[in-house]
Amino acid sequence: MNPRIALATAARVLTQLRRDPRTLLLLLLVPVVLEALMKGIFWDQPGVFQRVGVPLLGIFPMTSMFLVTSITMLRERTSGTLERLMTMPLAKLDLLLGYALAFGAVATLQGTLVSLFAFGLLDLNVAGSPAAVVALAVLNALLGTAFGLLVSAFATTEFQAVQFMPAFLFPQLLLSGLMVPRERMLSGLEVFSNFLPMTYAYDALYRVSSSASFSGALAKDVAILVGATLGALILGAATLRRRSG
Amino acid sequence: MTAEGAISVQGLRVIRGGREVLHGVSLEIARGSVTGLLGPSGCGKTTLMRAVVGVQHVAGGSVTVLGHPAGAPALRTRVGYLTQAPSVYDDLTVAENLRYFGRVYGVAPGRAEEVSAVVGLTSHLGQAVGRLSGGQRARVSLATALLNNPEVLVLDEPTVGLDPVLRRDLWEMFHGLARGGATLLVSSHVMDEAERCDSLVLMRDGQVLAAETPARLRETTGAEDIEGAFLTLIAGQEADV
Ligand SMILES: Nc1ncnc2c1ncn2[C@@H]1O[C@H](COP(=O)(O)OP(=O)(O)OP(=O)(O)O)[C@@H](O)[C@H]1O
Ligand SMILES: [Mg+2]
Repeated sequence: MNPRIALATAARVLTQLRRDPRTLLLLLLVPVVLEALMKGIFWDQPGVFQRVGVPLLGIFPMTSMFLVTSITMLRERTSGTLERLMTMPLAKLDLLLGYALAFGAVATLQGTLVSLFAFGLLDLNVAGSPAAVVALAVLNALLGTAFGLLVSAFATTEFQAVQFMPAFLFPQLLLSGLMVPRERMLSGLEVFSNFLPMTYAYDALYRVSSSASFSGALAKDVAILVGATLGALILGAATLRRRSG
Repeated sequence: MTAEGAISVQGLRVIRGGREVLHGVSLEIARGSVTGLLGPSGCGKTTLMRAVVGVQHVAGGSVTVLGHPAGAPALRTRVGYLTQAPSVYDDLTVAENLRYFGRVYGVAPGRAEEVSAVVGLTSHLGQAVGRLSGGQRARVSLATALLNNPEVLVLDEPTVGLDPVLRRDLWEMFHGLARGGATLLVSSHVMDEAERCDSLVLMRDGQVLAAETPARLRETTGAEDIEGAFLTLIAGQEADV
């Protein structure tokens, strides 16, 4: 592992993103627009907006970073640059860390912007600290990045990579408790949801929004999210092969 | 180990897409030489080069580079590889590409300018690679392979699509590097480039037909040029079966 290479990689990925201002603009503005839309559709049910608004602040970054990462990594695989890097003195971890740093930085910007907008203009309230919401948003973004790196190994075209989002993230979103509280689901689904990382993302954000104290349950959610991120990164590293067929 | 050649391939077998595409290739390449790798499309040149740089799964045999097994971590700073299709970031400029790969190698930032001058791209440093012509993109990719002053340089069709003047300059550069002690393995479709090599490896259908100096090859086959020598060898091979 070499911090110089990880930092160089992060800078390179950020420069690539800068070359695509439309993507950057969409990344930053789409969550803001969707959050405003949520406020609109639940105009006469402020309680519902209050319940789903905060968790969504953290779930947007996860989905967008998942998509951006899986496509960027797929391009790296198909353009031959990954193969070139694999003949160079670069550890797989340097590459993964570089991606995590770059997309973590974008996620911080994205999470901060949409949170400021929601707390400032949409009257969304959190019992806990708004900074904790942004921190969880960044953690979720890193989880999305890790999953994106992992699934890019199973996609051979950009069409496939895009389809992984509904296939991989939508079920998690449906079962996370955002749509229906988990205890009201069929028991089989509730058990299944215990194994899905987004469940803990929703849970953690919901806890921050409803209580000011840092509880053990919140710590457990955060620990699971960190564990899932590291697990996905390790699996992702295993899919980066120096040799191919 | 020191007296050994730069690249040593023994009984290399490679299976790609369920088919054996290299059937027991053996080769010795001397240090400080330019070796041409020639043969028809699909004969296995790229596959052999991938095995030499250690990115190809092999089914049997061995590949040794500078005394290490191909792809060993110790080789990653000492080997340069130009892939057949340019492998650079289209959305970055020439300078940004070279600076990034240079940082991965840990070379001085000034190397980016030096190698871009070698391939004649100094005036395009600030241009996005995606907006360059095909030959210019190929040269950015070539410059990247030169960044770390590699001791072994594996170049897959470095001169395809380039004009005669630039091709001559590049071949002079290859020989300059070899005089400096580097070992070059260069694949080509173009038979007239073969004459410029210190030694030649002729391949066909995943096998080595001959590995000789251009002069010896013409002598043994009685042909006038390398193209003729190649055709004679094929005719001989077909008569054998
Ligand atoms: N990614 C791949 N998957 C499966 N088979 C492959 C793959 N790449 C090449 N092959 C097969 O391996 C054989 C050797 O291919 P290779 O690319 O080494 O040939 P080559 O001599 O470099 O050809 P060219 O001069 O056209 O570049 C061919 O029969 C080809 O069909
Ligand atoms: Mg080839």
